[in-house]
Amino acid sequence: MKQLITALTLLGASASVYAAGGGALYDFTADTGNEASVQRGARNFMNYCSGCHSVKYLRYNRLARDNDIPESQLGALMFTSDKPGDTIVTAMPAEQAAKWFGQAPPDLSLTTRARGEDWVYSFLKTFYLDSSKATGVNNKQLPGASMPHVLGGLQGYQVLHKETAPGESADAHGDGHAGPSFELAVEGSMDEKAYDDFVSDLVNFLAYAAEPGKKEMHDRGFWVLLYLLFLIPLTYLIKLEFWKDVH
Amino acid sequence: MPIVANPHKTTGFLGWIDDRFPLTKMWKDHVAEYYAPKNFNFWYYFGSLAMLVLVNQLITGIWLAMHYKPDAAQAFGSVEYIMRDVPWGNVLRYLHSTGASAFFIVVYLHMYRGLLYGSYRKPRELIWIFGCLIYLALMAEAFAGYVLPWGQMSYWGAQVIISLFGAIPVVGEDLVIWIQGDYVPSDATLNRLFALHVVAIPFVLVGLVIAHLMALHEVGSNNPDGIDIKKNKDENGVPLDGIPFHPYYTVKDLFGVSVFLAIFLTVVFFLPEVGGLFLEKPNFTEANPSVTPEHIAPVWYFTPFYAMLRAVPSKLGGVIVMFGAVAILFALPWLDRSPVRSIRYKGPIFKFAVLMFSISFVVLGWLGLEAPSEGKTLAARIFTIIYFAFFILMPFYTRMEPTKPEPARVTE
Repeated sequence: MKQLITALTLLGASASVYAAGGGALYDFTADTGNEASVQRGARNFMNYCSGCHSVKYLRYNRLARDNDIPESQLGALMFTSDKPGDTIVTAMPAEQAAKWFGQAPPDLSLTTRARGEDWVYSFLKTFYLDSSKATGVNNKQLPGASMPHVLGGLQGYQVLHKETAPGESADAHGDGHAGPSFELAVEGSMDEKAYDDFVSDLVNFLAYAAEPGKKEMHDRGFWVLLYLLFLIPLTYLIKLEFWKDVH
Repeated sequence: MPIVANPHKTTGFLGWIDDRFPLTKMWKDHVAEYYAPKNFNFWYYFGSLAMLVLVNQLITGIWLAMHYKPDAAQAFGSVEYIMRDVPWGNVLRYLHSTGASAFFIVVYLHMYRGLLYGSYRKPRELIWIFGCLIYLALMAEAFAGYVLPWGQMSYWGAQVIISLFGAIPVVGEDLVIWIQGDYVPSDATLNRLFALHVVAIPFVLVGLVIAHLMALHEVGSNNPDGIDIKKNKDENGVPLDGIPFHPYYTVKDLFGVSVFLAIFLTVVFFLPEVGGLFLEKPNFTEANPSVTPEHIAPVWYFTPFYAMLRAVPSKLGGVIVMFGAVAILFALPWLDRSPVRSIRYKGPIFKFAVLMFSISFVVLGWLGLEAPSEGKTLAARIFTIIYFAFFILMPFYTRMEPTKPEPARVTE
């Protein structure tokens, strides 16, 4: 079953590359089945993102139920005034936020479905110092982004080196397309690996939040296809039986 | 007062009904004693599958409408509400959204079957015309339905399509405002498209499907050999090459349905977006009149026509070509002048023409998904010309080409 799902996911992924053109700098596929990672991602989100961004279609208790978080621990995630059945909204008033940042920080409920998981992953990893910007940083994935580098304290601040021409792959992963090359100018509290894990958890959480019912769909789909697997030969045999007398 | 006993000699409850309503008669005429040619092949599954998908759309649509809010401020959120909070809501939504694409897949294959075996030829012209009307209604239905989730592509797709009416001289601009009920697509537009999507068009669609089937059952089904099975009947007037639709084709279609469902439900449960083809990514962002997506593309089933629209430099010309591409289908029964119906007995020129037509339709479909470039626009122009040439030249190449002799009886 796992293999079937993987195969189907790959099929979907290859189709998405064809259809959407992706445009993400790095490859990343979220693993929403990794409950521990989604839990950490939810915690990271509440600590670093929820000040400005809402996930207004996700309820706290749904998050808890789907990811094995005991209701007793839900209090650690929620703001004091929230109830478990509430959705994750932000305290920041949208109108003023728009004044402060040029535009209101978007709701992130469906960002991984609209932009792609790899896009969000790449966005969070490609902030770089740019003195021409009011926030002091720019973003390689979303040039001109109005968001400051909120995770700068963790990742540190990096500078963007001159871009490498397509073909002459500068990065060691060498996955065909040339990526930007960054160099850390200011150390953060995390090393590269720890920050990468941090971002991965966050994207896993957002990918879960984009479609909390996905796992249940897959579970139901499994039984549906199993049923059809038996139905198909049965209907074929009935057809053969009836058609015996057609010459 | 004694009533005239029904001719089917049914008794009991059924007899009581048959004395008052043609139930047994309808069952016999349309199912148990509807004689269909025995040589139906793979292509003949798609009629019953289209019916299945129609029923799927109607039923899931009713349940979706119980939770959906046709209000520009609430529509997008209500779709997410269906996805997250309504029990089985995500299954309903994906059955409906995947069903829309599946409908076009089976209808395109069903129409292609008609093209291959000359099912539009006399005396089946009206079946074909009703079918083309169904296709038109289906396109209107799909367009209206695509606007309802009120995502970015819903909004901007609506904007592009409705603005096409603006190309009409003199009245165009006013017409667009009248259709939208506003100067831009808005709440008023969403509300009326909802009314059309859930009431008006389904009503028309179901009526046309009934007309399509009545016309079919009046003249009888064509078959892959394109010959008339009613020419050879037994002593009871039953065609020798005909078999009753029930049970033979009901059980055969049951097999077709179970295979179709396996494919369809795999998509529904495991890859409902089909990588952005069935559910486009920008539609996961709520409609925003002040932000235009960088690349507006319709859903895949409209893209061949969208490519034609963009291929013509003038807007009015593009609109005429696009609608002409659909309108020309109606003329097909009178464009084909070949003495035989089926491609099996037609000559190599027709086969080549069908091949070129198929290639042009698929390539145009791909081009319609892509952002335009100089080379792609040129390609779209060439394939648009091939598409139309297939129809316009048909009276000539079908008439002049020698055909093979048709068999007297259907081949196995």
